[in-house]
Amino acid sequence: MSNQIIVVVEHLKGNIEDITFEMLGKGKEIAGATGGELVALLLGNGADGLAGQLGAADKVIYVDDANLAEYNPQAYCKAVTQIVQANSPKMVLIGNTSMGMDIAGGVSVDANLPFIAYASGIANDGSSVTSSLYGGKMNVDSTPSGDGCIVSVIAGSFPADAGKADGSPSVENATVDVSGLSVTFKQLIEPEGGDVDITQQEILVSVGRGIQSDENLPMAEELAAKLGGAISCSRPIVDSKWLAKTRQVGKSGLKVKPKLYLALGISGAPEHIEGMKDADLIIAVNTDPKAPIFDYAHYGVVQDLFDFIPALSGKL
Amino acid sequence: MNIIVPIKQVPDLVEELEINADGTDLDREWLKMKLNEFDDHALEEALLMKDESGANVTAIALDGDDIDKALYAAAAKGADRLVKVTGATGNSTHQAAKALANAIQGMDYDLVMTGVQSVDDRDGQLAVILAHYLGNSHVSVVTGVQASGGSVTVQKEYGAGMVAEFEAATPVVLGIQAARETPRYVPVAKVRRAQKSSTIEEVAAGDAAADAGSTVSKMYKPETGAGAEMIDGSAEDQAAKVIEILTQKGVK
Repeated sequence: MSNQIIVVVEHLKGNIEDITFEMLGKGKEIAGATGGELVALLLGNGADGLAGQLGAADKVIYVDDANLAEYNPQAYCKAVTQIVQANSPKMVLIGNTSMGMDIAGGVSVDANLPFIAYASGIANDGSSVTSSLYGGKMNVDSTPSGDGCIVSVIAGSFPADAGKADGSPSVENATVDVSGLSVTFKQLIEPEGGDVDITQQEILVSVGRGIQSDENLPMAEELAAKLGGAISCSRPIVDSKWLAKTRQVGKSGLKVKPKLYLALGISGAPEHIEGMKDADLIIAVNTDPKAPIFDYAHYGVVQDLFDFIPALSGKL
Repeated sequence: MNIIVPIKQVPDLVEELEINADGTDLDREWLKMKLNEFDDHALEEALLMKDESGANVTAIALDGDDIDKALYAAAAKGADRLVKVTGATGNSTHQAAKALANAIQGMDYDLVMTGVQSVDDRDGQLAVILAHYLGNSHVSVVTGVQASGGSVTVQKEYGAGMVAEFEAATPVVLGIQAARETPRYVPVAKVRRAQKSSTIEEVAAGDAAADAGSTVSKMYKPETGAGAEMIDGSAEDQAAKVIEILTQKGVK
C-alpha cells in the first residue's frame, strides 16, 4: 500500500464540481496527518487544462482517452480501477453523487477493496469513517478492515474553500485501457426552464412529504405569496408530480441559498440537506421532534402543518 | 425482454429507531419494515415496460423478515415470477449482491433494475456492486428506460436537473432513482389473492462469500435539535414568534 490519498475529480461541461474541492480539502487534512501524498485523478479528453484548478493536490494523475471525452459509467469504472490497482492508495475519495454512485461500488468489486458509502466525516488518520444512514437519522462509524479503502463522500460535508487552490501541481500522464465499452454516451439534456428560478428567490417556502396531498399545496402557496417568496419542495413531491422538477431542492434538484428557507414537513434526508443547508435563515416545521432537519435549521417548530400554516398566514 | 427486479425490505423511518445493546446496529426486534421506496420505483418502471411491450418481470429478494409479503405484493402489481434466494448470510450490500448474482446468473435476463440506493446500504449501493459481480455494465440514478432490440436507452440524472442519456447493450444493470410514473398501489385484498394464486420459487444462495471490508464500531443518533432553537407553544404562539424572528432578521 502506498501513502496516497486519491481524489476522483468530477467535472461536467468543463467545470470542476464543488464536491471535488470538498474532497481535496479533506484529503489534504488526511494526507497532512498521515504524511501521505494527495493525488487528484483527472479523467477526460483534452481536459488537462483543468489541472490548474487542482493546486490543493500534490500531484495530478491525468488520463486522456477519447472514450473519456464525456462521463461514462463503464469507462470511469475501468479507468479508476486500473489507476487504483497501479497505485495501491491508502484511501480513494469519490463523491456520493450521481457520477460517484456509478463508480465507487464497481471499483470496490474489481479492485477488491472495502467501500464505505455516505461519508459525512473521516478521521484524519483515516482509521474511521462516519456514514450518515437511515435518512440522516443514524450515524455509523466504520473501520476499514484492510489496507486501502474507497470512501464515497456526501456533497456539502466538508468546506470546498479548503480544497480550492490555483497552482501548478505536477501532472503525471497515465494510460489505461478503456476499450470494449457496451455503454455509450448519447447526449446531455439541459433542464427545461421553469416559470420560477428557485435559485434566485430570496424566500422559499419548501414542502415535503408532510404536506400529504396535492390538495394541501394551495395553503403553502398562499403562505409563500404572502411572504413574497416562491414554493419549492423535496424529492417525493416531484416524484408524485405535485410540483415541477424545477422546484426541487437537493442532490438531484437545485442548490439554493435564500435569505429564508421555511421547510414544511421535510424530514431532512441527507440528499435534501445538500441543497439547502447554506440558506441564511432556516426555519423548519415538522411533527417529528427528532427529524434530522432540526439539526440544520436555525429555528425549529414541532407542530402539525395544518395548524401552523394557517396560523402563520393569518398573521401576514 | 426479461427484466429482473431485486427488491428488499428496509426499516420504516416513520417509526422510532432504537439502537441495539452493542451500539453497532439497530435493535431489530420490533422494527417495522417496508419495501425500499426506490425498489418500488424500479418495479414500477419494469411494469411500465411490460405494459408497453410485454416484458417478463421477475421480482427477486433475499430471504428475510416480511419478504414473502413484499414478493406477493409485487405479483399483485403485475410481476410474472417470484424468486426468493435462501441461505444468504450477513447484511452487507456486498454479501447481498453476491448471493443475488449467484441466483441471477442461472436465469435468462436482459435487464436487472433495482433501487438506486437504500437507507441502510452502508457499504455501497446494490446496483453497481451486483453488476460487477455479474460482469455486466450498469448505469445508476436512472429516471427513464426505453428498450429497443438488444439495447436500452436510459436517462441518468445529474444534479441541478441536468440529464445525461446513454445507450447500453443488454444485459445491463440499472439503479433506478424514479420511475416515469408514481409507483402503483395495490389493495391488501389483491395481495391476498396473489398469495393464493402465485408461487415463490426458492433458489439457494450458493457460495456467497463476500466482505463489506469494514466493521461498524459505533451507531449513534446525530445530535437532533443541536442546531435549531426550538419554538414552543401553540400553533398561534409559534407563528407569532416566527413573525418576530422574520421581522428581526429583516426578512419581513
